[in-house]
Amino acid sequence: MDLGALFGSFDSFLSFTIGGLVFGAIYALIALGYTMVYGVLQLINFAHSEVFMYGTFAVAWVFVFLHGTGSATWDLKQAAPTLLVALVAAMAMSAAIALLLERVAYRPLIKKNAPKLIILISAIGASFALSEAMGLRDRFAGWFGVDNKLANYVTPAKARDVYTNPVTIEPHGLFDIGGYTVTDVDLTIIVAALAMMIVLDQLVRRTRFGRGIRSVAQDPESAALMGVNATRVVQITFLIGGLAAGVAATLYMMKIGATKQSAGFLLGVKAFTAAVMGGIGNLRGALLGGLTLGVMENWGAAVFGNEWRDVVSFVLLVLILLVRPSGILGESLGKARA
Amino acid sequence: MLLEVEGLCVNYGHIEAIRDISFTVEEGSVVTLIGANGAGKTTTMKTLSGLRRVRAGRVVFDGNDITHLPPYERVKLGLSQSPEGRGIFPGMTVRENLDMGAYARKDKAGVAADLDRALGLFPRLQERIAQVAGTLSGGEQQMLAIGRALMARPRVVLLDEPSMGLAPKLIQQIFSIIKEINAQGTTVLLVEQNAAQALKAADEAYVLETGEIVRSGTGAQLAGDESVRAAYLGGDL
Repeated sequence: MDLGALFGSFDSFLSFTIGGLVFGAIYALIALGYTMVYGVLQLINFAHSEVFMYGTFAVAWVFVFLHGTGSATWDLKQAAPTLLVALVAAMAMSAAIALLLERVAYRPLIKKNAPKLIILISAIGASFALSEAMGLRDRFAGWFGVDNKLANYVTPAKARDVYTNPVTIEPHGLFDIGGYTVTDVDLTIIVAALAMMIVLDQLVRRTRFGRGIRSVAQDPESAALMGVNATRVVQITFLIGGLAAGVAATLYMMKIGATKQSAGFLLGVKAFTAAVMGGIGNLRGALLGGLTLGVMENWGAAVFGNEWRDVVSFVLLVLILLVRPSGILGESLGKARA
Repeated sequence: MLLEVEGLCVNYGHIEAIRDISFTVEEGSVVTLIGANGAGKTTTMKTLSGLRRVRAGRVVFDGNDITHLPPYERVKLGLSQSPEGRGIFPGMTVRENLDMGAYARKDKAGVAADLDRALGLFPRLQERIAQVAGTLSGGEQQMLAIGRALMARPRVVLLDEPSMGLAPKLIQQIFSIIKEINAQGTTVLLVEQNAAQALKAADEAYVLETGEIVRSGTGAQLAGDESVRAAYLGGDL
């Protein structure tokens, strides 16, 4: 196949590939939350998209807090200290939302042995509630008498609009691959996402606690007989998913620089797609699925036009599942071998 | 008494799985519950480990009421189980499965000693130590399930159908290992369909029928009981 002809030039093929990897890395981090919870509970956490969305707002708020609302353009080095604070805040925010979800939307139903369908609906409800609560944030701030620059940052009553980070991070080229310039922002995103995935993968495979997670995934009753506190395991699974979503949120804001109350929806669906594509319940599958999806949809956008991006992702999902119903890697978290 | 069960009732929905069951397990003994399929043996074992909710009655372990204690707390107190169907973790190696047995323990030296002990009882597991447990034979999986239950260093170990699906020769081996476990100081509560072997091994025995205890006595007494022989030992026709 003549890639050059298909993509205009070979360089633009590379550029679309690397661009796809950047987004794929973010998908992968979000997919991890879907896959971990699925591995342990065999449930799709439909509210995970909001876990991510709250993280993006935490990033924007940290920039407003530390920098103010006047817009500025920084390079990555200048932004790094603020970004680190934002990373911690986003991880804390997303983790808190994930834990809240577990406590409110999941645990009471699991305790009562509710059918999975009921729990799924509870999660969808929680997703709407969280998203709409963010849409109403100015109203809330008014009720609580909070009159700060955070609440009023976006034009009041327009809280559903896009919330732009006051600081734009300008990427700088680092080196060229076949004519495509890899920027510091792109590289940071890919490296940070990979690092987070590797750390979590090792955590699950090597540590005592990881064994606890895998034992609940493989056989919850046996795990209980071994002295594993399943409630705690579920809680920590949500926590890990939340932390990863917080990292994803920070990287997303680095790249995109804006968010909105509904920002989690499409990304969440994509990340879920990535998780299913890679083999739901499988950590490495989430990584592979995320990167594959990111690259493929970028190629699709390049070849067919940007409006075809989402079509390509979902057609791809269908095709992969037709050939391999259990996803590319298939094996579940439960059966993941050490 | 190490374990006392008083008037235990457990329901599945509206169906009574076990009704007003009482029995005791003396420290250092081997006690067996025998009975047909569906008599409530496994429900009793799951309830003792805290996996089933108690409708009425009490479970007292070493003087403490554990009726409503969550399963993981019971393991810490010294009650572990090798469940029916073995319940090994198929994706973990033999070693990881054994480590799971000691999940609740913090004493590394003790765990290492118990690992040696378990591998001493089941040399086959030593040979398969790095193998993924899902690929073991049925007999090996049973050994792993028992070895794993011992890794908790329990005061009483609950063995649910350890002979199920095994070849006669292996069944002999499993029963002689149960005796050895008991001789090493662990109290054993054994649930079996293989009544002949179980009664031979047991100090005390109870017969369960449709959720109720209908007979009890020493293993030898029940082995000689007419009705038990007729119902569970194939009679002596």
